[in-house]
Amino acid sequence: MRKISRLSRFNIASLALGLAFLYLPILILVIYSFNASRLVTVWGGWSLRWYHEFFNDRAMIEAAWMSLRVAVSSATIATLIGTLAALALSRGERFRGRTLFSGMLYAPLVMPEVITGLSLLLLFVALNAERGFWTVTIAHATLTMCFVAVVVQSRLGSLDRSLEEAAMDLGCDPVQAFVAVTLPLIAPAIVAGWMLAFTLSLDDLVIASFTTGPGSATLPIRIYSEVRLGVKPEINAICTLVIALIAVVIIIASLASKLSSSRGESAAPL
Amino acid sequence: MSARRIFARPARFAAIAPYVWMVLFFLVPFGFVLKISLSQTAIAQPPYEPVFDLMAGWGALKAAFAALSIDNFKLLASDDIYVFAYVRSLTVAVTATALLLLIGYPIAYGMTRLPTRWQAVAMVLVIVPFWTSFLIRIYAWINILQHDGLLNQILLALHLVSQPVVWLSTDSAMYIGIVYSYLPFMILPLYATLAKMEPVLEEAASDLGAPRWQVFWLVTFPLSLPGVGAGVLLCFIPIVGEFVIPDLLAGSNSLMIGQTLWLEFFTNKDWPVASAAAIVLLVVLLVPLLLYERLQKRQLEQVR
Repeated sequence: MRKISRLSRFNIASLALGLAFLYLPILILVIYSFNASRLVTVWGGWSLRWYHEFFNDRAMIEAAWMSLRVAVSSATIATLIGTLAALALSRGERFRGRTLFSGMLYAPLVMPEVITGLSLLLLFVALNAERGFWTVTIAHATLTMCFVAVVVQSRLGSLDRSLEEAAMDLGCDPVQAFVAVTLPLIAPAIVAGWMLAFTLSLDDLVIASFTTGPGSATLPIRIYSEVRLGVKPEINAICTLVIALIAVVIIIASLASKLSSSRGESAAPL
Repeated sequence: MSARRIFARPARFAAIAPYVWMVLFFLVPFGFVLKISLSQTAIAQPPYEPVFDLMAGWGALKAAFAALSIDNFKLLASDDIYVFAYVRSLTVAVTATALLLLIGYPIAYGMTRLPTRWQAVAMVLVIVPFWTSFLIRIYAWINILQHDGLLNQILLALHLVSQPVVWLSTDSAMYIGIVYSYLPFMILPLYATLAKMEPVLEEAASDLGAPRWQVFWLVTFPLSLPGVGAGVLLCFIPIVGEFVIPDLLAGSNSLMIGQTLWLEFFTNKDWPVASAAAIVLLVVLLVPLLLYERLQKRQLEQVR
């Protein structure tokens, strides 16, 4: 009877192969970053040599610092404005220009980055803005706030709206109801949104290349120009550090959502 | 007035800041792309003319308008490099999306067959690579695919080939890179649709005597079409404009449109032609973009 919904051998094989395909390349990259040999393909024993090399590479360190600053500031801007956008879309009912508004928020999610990058650059040139930290930050915030908006909006959509309504029946005004009821409930989504924006910004090559100015390269721009010249063990080490940073971010994000969901449960009987 | 309506009013005010931001940094810039696509290259700062100067008076503004031309678009239509680049971009995107569907579907389907507990784990495992850097994941493949890289070492050790195969700078490398990078975007919408499906439907078909493949083609697949549509659009649209993957993994003898745009802009410093290429790319993607918008809206706002 239930033979159809059983886990078949084909199901297991496709899952195992799929996950191996997704993870093996990254695993290999990480292992080879500890390779003592200069030749990327020959295993010369374990070593931290390439990490030393990276920490002595001033240009790389500067690029990494630039990337971190851009990622933190753009993610913060994106989270603030993206959350407002999600709130307007999921609780604002109908308002003038709503279709254009949602269109502008969903389009950048799939828009090829070359188009977004080029158009923002032309804007900055027309405004005569000095290109560097702020132009990249604004560009990244524009892209990533759309991701934040979608993440927060889907959380808002799954919330029980009678909670907000109950708060207002008990005398809260809308702002109080939002701060006391809605905000704590969507906090995990907001944290996840910030983390996503942070990693997307840390990762972006194309938009940053268009919108940055001379002398302020981000880490991906530096990595890209090195990679074009061929594989270098130092790049393996940098990539491993970035992966480690992102892993920490993901763990914090998942802990934050666990913490707030368990708190939500314990608060529910009240 | 219901509490819901009272709550809606300040929520609408929340739209102001993101609205202004997106108009200024997303919508208005397209106006500049359009304007510069109608301009000519100049050896100046900025490297195009005419430059509109609202302070220069009406006459100068009229002259600037008169100087706009569609020459760049004529160039794009007549130069083989661009025509080929558009055709190639579309071919690559169609092929890669088909591959992604073929590879992603069994994985998403397999996920729905897992016990509920493990489904959540599998979902996290699929999402995590999306968080790790795009560029790093492509770089990881360069490590593996290079001349004396791991793949060739394994193939040689297994005596499957007698001498190293050239992988880098080929279309196969590019397709591997694209499939690798976009796989989560295909799996997640597919899984979301498949997981919502009632297993009873498949069981009913099978109890009525349909063989497995018929159950799949007549019941499962048609019901998963919304997910297929979302996954296809989510992959197809960005792949058409993809730059990094073809640039690092494919050969340089045939370019995709994202690469020609990049070259015109950074190497040739021809901003007007780069802008015209962007406008054409946007027009090509207009229909899939609108489809995607409708889908996204239906998905996120079905509560209303």
